[in-house]
Amino acid sequence: MGIIRTENLTYVYGEGTPFRKVAVDGVSLDIDEGEIVGIIGHTGSGKSTLIQHFNGLLKPTSGKVFIDGEELFADKSRLKEIRFKVGLVFQYPEHQLFEETVYKDIAFGPKNMGLSDGETDRRIRETARLVGLREELLEKSPFELSGGQKRRVAIAGVMAMEPKVLILDEPTAGLDPRGRDRILGLIKEYHAEKGTTVLLVSHSMEDVAKTVSKILVMNDAKVFMYSDRSSVFAKSAELTSMGLTVPQVTRVFDRLREMGIEFEDEVFSVDYAKDLVMRLLAEKRG
Amino acid sequence: MIKDITLGQFFPGKSVIHRLDPRIKLLLTVIYIVMLFVADTFAGLGAGVLFMLISFLLSGIPLKMMLKSIKPLLPIILFTGILNLFFISTGDILFEWGIIKITSGGVTTMIFMASRIVLLICGTSLLTYTTSPITLTDAIERILSPLKVIKFPAHEIAMMMTIALRFIPTLIEETDKIMSAQKARGADLESGNIIRRAKALIPILIPLFVSAFRRAEELALAMECRCYRGGEGRTRLKQLKTAPRDYVATAVAVLFLAAVIVLNRFSPL
Repeated sequence: MGIIRTENLTYVYGEGTPFRKVAVDGVSLDIDEGEIVGIIGHTGSGKSTLIQHFNGLLKPTSGKVFIDGEELFADKSRLKEIRFKVGLVFQYPEHQLFEETVYKDIAFGPKNMGLSDGETDRRIRETARLVGLREELLEKSPFELSGGQKRRVAIAGVMAMEPKVLILDEPTAGLDPRGRDRILGLIKEYHAEKGTTVLLVSHSMEDVAKTVSKILVMNDAKVFMYSDRSSVFAKSAELTSMGLTVPQVTRVFDRLREMGIEFEDEVFSVDYAKDLVMRLLAEKRG
Repeated sequence: MIKDITLGQFFPGKSVIHRLDPRIKLLLTVIYIVMLFVADTFAGLGAGVLFMLISFLLSGIPLKMMLKSIKPLLPIILFTGILNLFFISTGDILFEWGIIKITSGGVTTMIFMASRIVLLICGTSLLTYTTSPITLTDAIERILSPLKVIKFPAHEIAMMMTIALRFIPTLIEETDKIMSAQKARGADLESGNIIRRAKALIPILIPLFVSAFRRAEELALAMECRCYRGGEGRTRLKQLKTAPRDYVATAVAVLFLAAVIVLNRFSPL
């Protein structure tokens, strides 16, 4: 059994009012430990609602959620405990910063877990290094930092809790390309270093394609498919009809293949595409 | 969920009541309130009920919505009712047990007070159900505008009210989001004594204030970019115009008020 499992998970907003809306409809999932998964879907497809179930912020209208083999809401007193296993980084997480210093803000989560000061300190320094925050920034007020730095502090605040699963909801929203690459890079690094499960919610195929190995596609509150990158991108026509697109570079290379150029792999990132083109050119030249 | 709190409880519709000029509607509500407080006989109160019933039926607002608006105030209604029942000692004694004495005067006052409060809530709810908050502030601005002569900032106050109303749902949503985010970081909002709970609010209040200030600044900038310079010389997209139905409605309300006064005089009850 995977680290996150759902059985027929359904969530309805505003039950019994004229504004009733099914946000998640009969989702059954099984996500393995150590996986790095991208969750994509257009706005309102139920991605954000789905992930809020994974740490018990929302209670399913019907169906079950299991984290690490334990059912959420089966025993209310265990909820907080289980919640610490799943770190959730919301959209625009920098809006939740509140402490006087960056150090104290990152410490908020670990302190709530009841960790010792020594352990908290170790985790703060480690995550600060992971997200690329210099030591001297730790004593600054989080409100003095730049947008990208604030976001990294907020992400560090969740990472410092060392959850078994890290979920990030649109972590790159509103950042410039450099900030975006930086965040995606640190997520990848974190995954490589810690080996924990990472879920990345996004509507940018480009972001997802270069970061994750498996993709969960949500459409109209249902799971359209959950599979590895290449099989998801192979359904480019269906994705387009859902208002999603295959990464541009993948489309270019699909077209090249149709034109008769031979290469084996699927292409998801510009970097990889560059290497491939260089290699193909070198082969051609002999 | 926190989102269920409704403040702007506008219920869109196309009924006669919806289409009345908001200024007239405000005026009618004032007449109606006066009516309720002038009435000191059951017949007079009955006229108030009739007026309410007619407006309610014309408005097409579901009965459920009306009951929903009374529900939160039920404890207050019961409380005042019971107080009146026990502490008024005029009229015949209907029931006596130890120091508890219930008199006919007490019963009458209780029924009177309770129905007055219920009618009051129904009337004002009907106003907010059938008038969008924005039109309501517009009406307030127009009603207060004669006071500009004595330098009363009618436009500014109306603008402030409009902005405040506009941002209530936004800030509620924001609070919801911040609460979820802090809960995800292990914040405990539900347990502990009052001091611990107050302390637990800090991680929510600080980000909320920060975001409110940020929004205020952005809004001020956006308004300035669109050359907002206060109310001086501003024209409106939607002009408030009175129609024949407004005069009819006012006439009906005044007639009802007159009826209540007459009934006070001559009704035996």
